[in-house]
Amino acid sequence: MAGSTPASPIAEAVHIVAAPARVRHESLGREAWRRFCRHRLALISCGILAVMVLVLIFGTLIWPVAINDIDFAAMTQGPTLAHPLGTDDLGQDLLARMIYGGRISLAVGIAAMLVAVFVGVFLGAVAGTARGSVDMALMWLCDLFLSLPQLPLLLLIIYLFQNTLRKLVGLEFGTFVLIVAVIGGFRWMSIARLVRAQFFSLREKEFVEAARALGASTLRQVLRHILPNALGPVIVAGTIEVANAIIAESTLSFLGLGFPPDIPSWGRILYDAKDYLDVAPHWALFSGGAIFLTVMAINYVGDGLRDALDPRRVIG
Amino acid sequence: MLNYLVRRLLLAVPSILGISVILFTVLALAPGDPFSDLASDPSIPPSVAAALRAKFGLDDPVYLRYFHWLVAMLHGDWGFSFASRIDVSTLILGRLPTTLCVIGASQVLALMIAVPVGVYAGVRPYSFFDQAASSVALIGFSLPTFFTGLVLILVFSVDLHWLPMVYRTDIGGSGVPLAWTYIKQAIMPVAVLGLFQGAAWTRFVRASVLDVVRLDHVTTARAKGLPERVVILKHVVRNALIPVVTLVALQMPIVFGGAIITEQIFRVPGIGSLLISAILANDTPVIMGVTFVFACLVILFNLIADLLYGWLDPRISYR
Repeated sequence: MAGSTPASPIAEAVHIVAAPARVRHESLGREAWRRFCRHRLALISCGILAVMVLVLIFGTLIWPVAINDIDFAAMTQGPTLAHPLGTDDLGQDLLARMIYGGRISLAVGIAAMLVAVFVGVFLGAVAGTARGSVDMALMWLCDLFLSLPQLPLLLLIIYLFQNTLRKLVGLEFGTFVLIVAVIGGFRWMSIARLVRAQFFSLREKEFVEAARALGASTLRQVLRHILPNALGPVIVAGTIEVANAIIAESTLSFLGLGFPPDIPSWGRILYDAKDYLDVAPHWALFSGGAIFLTVMAINYVGDGLRDALDPRRVIG
Repeated sequence: MLNYLVRRLLLAVPSILGISVILFTVLALAPGDPFSDLASDPSIPPSVAAALRAKFGLDDPVYLRYFHWLVAMLHGDWGFSFASRIDVSTLILGRLPTTLCVIGASQVLALMIAVPVGVYAGVRPYSFFDQAASSVALIGFSLPTFFTGLVLILVFSVDLHWLPMVYRTDIGGSGVPLAWTYIKQAIMPVAVLGLFQGAAWTRFVRASVLDVVRLDHVTTARAKGLPERVVILKHVVRNALIPVVTLVALQMPIVFGGAIITEQIFRVPGIGSLLISAILANDTPVIMGVTFVFACLVILFNLIADLLYGWLDPRISYR
């Protein structure tokens, strides 16, 4: 009965009742959506994220202030009408910088998640399909990566490679590619393990056996039958991965090794703010608060998705 | 027992070798050449530069260079810090105790929070306490350590002036006042790290307790008429901690990452802040040394987790 316990306690236990007959007429997607809606905090977080994304996309239309408009008359000011989130040590408008930074932070988060999911699903699928020595080698690699000290290595790689890559493809894009690649490259392990475990159990299921009996090639079995059924946990892990990647990027920027000061990601704004805590606390609080709010909302959405996508769970 | 320990130690050797290969590959692939300045310096004749290159083996094949590097690392010859002009090993050994103290204290704090809260919440699932604890835990591990650190500084150092902002090791005095100063300056770094880890582990402990509490042996223990306290402590907690130990060991790289950030925020003179200052000063030998030490620490803690695992679950150990 291990599967009948909701993964999170926040979804109310009251709703665990026998499935009524009408459930049978619903598609899987709609049922998952209904389960997701039971997790009220996840739904609220979804709303918060949606609003945030809209603000980040259309914010510059409503607030068309340049991020590098220096105004020494308005240094380290708290929130005013002219600058709703205050200004930094050069009198640059923080709202404009926050909008710009949010785009970078979210873009890094999503891109790094895609890298991690792609690598993880690929290696997990190869290990789960090939088994034997290939599987053993890949899992050894997985264990090795899991025992690497990630942050020191991230810092080392960025320190060693940043100048070359920046020269190669430009300052902004070079930093972006490097950060996304290293963050994604160090986070695929849990997804690979998940996918491999799913493959091991799914390939013995009757519907895969039926496909095999009908003469489906291995590639077709994997792509059409096994992979789509293995994706539920991957979606959950991928959601959480966005939050982790945002934290990782902010950490790098906060240590001064992420984006340069003229590309203010949220972590970079916080890094600049940390020396002005006594005169301009709003500066650090707004940027840090934005990271916190985003990460928490994503974690709640992941929590809700886990409840919604776990097919073993029966909710009315 | 000894047999088990030896086998675990032998298993750690390939991991250390693998990590050393990765470290060396990163370094070998990195652009730039330590002697590039010599080549462009007109006052040094090309023959001297070539002789220097030959002396330090820069033109050797990669596997030979790796082998030399590995032998030197194993001999404790970790190179010479460009920035502070002393041996890397001396520099790291001098700073390691501070890091281990801060990490150790924060892990104890995290366990002291996570185990009681997680067990209490897991035994009473969906109660008010469980929901509150789970919500707080999710908020706690969504808060990045660098943000909590700054907020704590803002509240306790800038506004209230209760705690010092910067961690120092050169404080004078002796006896109780000295100890008190040390404790006072360690409170914030330890709290930042410990609360973050505690939040993450509370979720593990809760989930694990939830799985164990429904097992038949717990029902049997209750049916025997054992007091609830004994059932929880002896039959639930011990079994529930087995998967938690594995997860905690898997989290060690994250713990060290958190330690680097906290050391940087509070200027704790440990190896984490050493790493950052070395990176900012282009001090390659120190960077390599510290990264290698972090890798060894992760493996060491995995080893400890394996031993704990054996102690908690006699079925798998000492075979």
